[in-house]
Amino acid sequence: MIKFLKSTFEKLIEGTLFLSSTITTLAIVLIIIFLFKEGIGTFNQTPIEDGFSLVVNKNNPVNELTANEIKNIFDQNITNWKTVGGKNDSITLFNIDNIGEFYSDSAIGENFEFLPQCISDYTENNPGAIAFVTTRYTGKGFTGKILTTTKVNISQFISQKEWFPTAQPAAQLGVLPLILGTLWVSFGAILIALPLGLATSIYMAEITSPKIRNILKPLIELLAGIPSVVYGFFGLVIIVPGIQKLFDLPVGETALAGSIVLAIMALPTIITISEDALRTTPKAMKEASLALGANKWQTIYRVIIPYSGSGITAATILGIGRAIGETMAVLMVTGNAAVIPHSFLEPVRTIPATIAAELGEAPQGGLHYKALFALGCILFIITMAINLIVGYVSSKKKYNAR
Amino acid sequence: MEYIITTDKVNLFYGESQALKDISIDFLPNTVTALIGPSGCGKSTYLRLFNRMNDLIDNVKITGDITVEGENIYQKDTNIVELRRKVGMVFQKPNPFPKSIFENVAYGLRVNGVNDMSTLKEKVEFSLKQAALWDEVKDKLKKSAFELSGGQQQRLCIARALAIEPSIILMDEPASALDPISTAKIEELIYELKSKYTIVIVTHNLQQAGRVSDYTAFFYLGELIEKGVTKELFINPKNIKTQNYITGRFG
Ligand SMILES: Nc1ncnc2c1ncn2[C@@H]1O[C@H](COP(=O)(O)OP(=O)(O)OP(=O)(O)O)[C@@H](O)[C@H]1O
Ligand SMILES: [Mg+2]
Repeated sequence: MIKFLKSTFEKLIEGTLFLSSTITTLAIVLIIIFLFKEGIGTFNQTPIEDGFSLVVNKNNPVNELTANEIKNIFDQNITNWKTVGGKNDSITLFNIDNIGEFYSDSAIGENFEFLPQCISDYTENNPGAIAFVTTRYTGKGFTGKILTTTKVNISQFISQKEWFPTAQPAAQLGVLPLILGTLWVSFGAILIALPLGLATSIYMAEITSPKIRNILKPLIELLAGIPSVVYGFFGLVIIVPGIQKLFDLPVGETALAGSIVLAIMALPTIITISEDALRTTPKAMKEASLALGANKWQTIYRVIIPYSGSGITAATILGIGRAIGETMAVLMVTGNAAVIPHSFLEPVRTIPATIAAELGEAPQGGLHYKALFALGCILFIITMAINLIVGYVSSKKKYNAR
Repeated sequence: MEYIITTDKVNLFYGESQALKDISIDFLPNTVTALIGPSGCGKSTYLRLFNRMNDLIDNVKITGDITVEGENIYQKDTNIVELRRKVGMVFQKPNPFPKSIFENVAYGLRVNGVNDMSTLKEKVEFSLKQAALWDEVKDKLKKSAFELSGGQQQRLCIARALAIEPSIILMDEPASALDPISTAKIEELIYELKSKYTIVIVTHNLQQAGRVSDYTAFFYLGELIEKGVTKELFINPKNIKTQNYITGRFG
């Protein structure tokens, strides 16, 4: 009887464990599927908001414009149709709000019912004209030509240099500055965190007395538990003004500030994991080095670090990888300018910061909304790649010759 | 004849517990001395006095006189790096560095400031030849030392110790982790190295002690029970404890 109860109980526990792991796995898979489904929805959409069209003269040979060309035309960076594959004819921007300057109220009609004719007429008279109008005015009576817009595609999405998803007439969805911003901030963070973290872990593993180590280690682990907003606040109050003063900049919110905050957040992981790695160096190996007349520093530099090199690499990548996803702190200190950075002293914007800042104001299901999910996918792929690299590095034989 | 190592009434304490009691042994140059005794009797502790490896352990107290080549090595101004160049060490388990075969042997030279490639090459080759490993590795000097077999690794560690041209080599159970063939190679090597080096070897293998050593010292519970010419000690032990140990009655 007792035996039966016991075996039932064991089965129950087994079942519970199985169930919970299945549910967890399922949830993760569902999240990833959702992320990619929404993200992929970005592509094959037109960058022009629904309900609007671009119209030109009906004899204009140009049929299609890309989002980038549209932007340049309306910013008057492109002033001739030749540039976009048309005739040698200068471009006239026609703002529908100014229609009253060209046509009388009666010509337009009381309820704008003759507006399509007016627009057609205007484009007829100005062969180089282009106008951004609601589709309402391109229906009955309209005789101009409606341009198609190149749909958003992956290569454009990744290589375009401008991120301005709410731009009119065409949303600019170039994630390159965001990817670069993320990489710059992360790279800077590695540059800062690696030497600091390595030095601290060496100090803890090889130099200090066990007593000090036993105080230091829990303290550093405690750092890992501080919410990232607090780090961001610290960065905003201390680091940002510091950088501004030190380099005499107009604003202190820069890539450098992001890197510093990220580095501080990554340090606990880097220190604890690389310290563990350093401590795996066999005593025999250290003794062998010392017995050959090497001093402590030579032993650390020539034997202990090479021996635990893969562990240290993994620690760094893991620390930064974990910190990259940390949105808040970086959002608070980098200035969030979506431009391609040229130095650490310029504002940048990272992918997570973009998602956090914009998701709330992007209309659900719209292009902007989907583009943010696509950003999430890119971040997911970056993090995934990092994890694969970590896996590869740490599984690689420790004993590699240098 | 002048002794190369002398120890006079050496006591060693790990904290409160005494690991060595009044040990006095002197070592002649170009001889092999075996230290034998049951586990925990202090053989390794004694051996590690000569290159001051015990310094790495906290709370160690040492009294008595120890000289190497006529100099007291436990003075305040003793140059430990110099000492360790003179007194090489081979450990129980092969412990090559995570580096290439070449860099393993060159290590001692590099940390002592030798970086000239032709000098390094010459000394690495010479040491590997002395350690009877050259023919087996000469085509793969750039390969990781971990690709060698255990026996080859141990000979590599011997070559590594020889490269800085010590006059004394300490070996702490150098063959205990190896197969019989590798063990035989190491023993042969010890025999050959004797002409140039003074060797002190700790071993649990009494046949090995009999085969390779000129002198033997028997330790028991931190005390030196008996020392003498190996053959005499084995054939004709003076102390009953020695006799019991070598006839296998305890240990
Ligand atoms: N680092 C240490 N701290 C404290 N006590 C130690 C330390 N190393 C060794 N001892 C003690 O000193 C005594 C002698 O140890 P030692 O290693 O010299 O013995 P051994 O003869 O080499 O033994 P084995 O044959 O097992 O290697 C033992 O009782 C051991 O417990
Ligand atoms: Mg021992």
